[in-house]
Amino acid sequence: MHARAQSPQEQAAQWPEDIFAILQRHDVRQVPYVPDAGHSQLIERVLGSSTMRGIPLTTEEEGVALLVGAWAGGQKGVLLMQSSGVGNCINMLSLTQIFRFPFLMLVTMRGEWGEFNPWQVPMGTSTQGVLELAGIRVLRATHPGEVKDVMEAAASQAYNALTPTALLLSQRLIGTKVFVK
Amino acid sequence: MSKANLLDRRQVVSTLLADRKDALVVAGLGAPTYDLAAAGDNARNLYLWGAMGGAVMMGLGLALAQPKLPVVVVTGDGEMLMGIGSLATVGLQKPANLSILVLDNEAYGETGGQVSHTSAAADLVGIARACGIVDSKAISTLAEIEAFAAGMQDVTSGPRFANVKIDAANLERVLSNRDGTFIMNRLRGALGYAPI
Repeated sequence: MHARAQSPQEQAAQWPEDIFAILQRHDVRQVPYVPDAGHSQLIERVLGSSTMRGIPLTTEEEGVALLVGAWAGGQKGVLLMQSSGVGNCINMLSLTQIFRFPFLMLVTMRGEWGEFNPWQVPMGTSTQGVLELAGIRVLRATHPGEVKDVMEAAASQAYNALTPTALLLSQRLIGTKVFVK
Repeated sequence: MSKANLLDRRQVVSTLLADRKDALVVAGLGAPTYDLAAAGDNARNLYLWGAMGGAVMMGLGLALAQPKLPVVVVTGDGEMLMGIGSLATVGLQKPANLSILVLDNEAYGETGGQVSHTSAAADLVGIARACGIVDSKAISTLAEIEAFAAGMQDVTSGPRFANVKIDAANLERVLSNRDGTFIMNRLRGALGYAPI
């Protein structure tokens, strides 16, 4: 179990770099996000990229609608959020069925694997079920060594097969947030 | 319900789009979609029949993807209120080719005319300006709509926002296409993107 965003090793984790490289290869241009510590390294890479535009949102559902506009205008995107944000998206996720556009969301999980904060548990527990009921296919990565393969599969089915997909990045992978030392 | 001297929504939208050129238009669900259909179907129209609160964000995604084309979002006060945070997101991105026009009848016309927040204190122009959309104004005449229409063709000076108080009369519905995949693929086709 790692402390999140603390150790130098974690700052240099390979799996966010793998995700970034796969997004680049799929020519992803718009990256809307509500920040999460588990996404911080990827967000930094996006904000430093000359081809991707990081777009901070006030609420996660904005990102679903943004990606509709992006695709209408010829660009692909990816939506980054924490599991609590999935609940904010439910009605807007209808758009994935209405418009059949390439939709990929990367969700860092809270409310599991050694969680300290009880307020994260209800939404974290229902995240996968909520997504599946909304018609989103769910893949999950739990260990650093598998992120690349799972992300490859997620990106391929989202961008090539127009299968709306969420990749859940487990709390075990990103490290449990430490509140008390 | 009708008050004197308020603009007719259909006249506002048809005036806005009379010389639209290559503009891409997103219409919020309900009456704005009917207004857009009434102004004339166009492959560059993105009609919404749901996704309340998402119109401005779709306009933003389009505007960022197509920075050389004018993008205009036409929506209602209720739809705008539900996506009010999107004005802050636009204020941060500042897309120079995005224009937003709210048709404000101070009511939820599609569901029976219940009053909305703009009937009392909520000031959408003030909110938009405070979110960083510097060019935000209230419009009350067709001449101002004509000026806004000319302004939206300038893809270097946005984003811009206008709120127009309109007559609250419920007009006969003019139904647009409502098959999202058709609307999406037709729009993409107009921009030169083939289906996958």
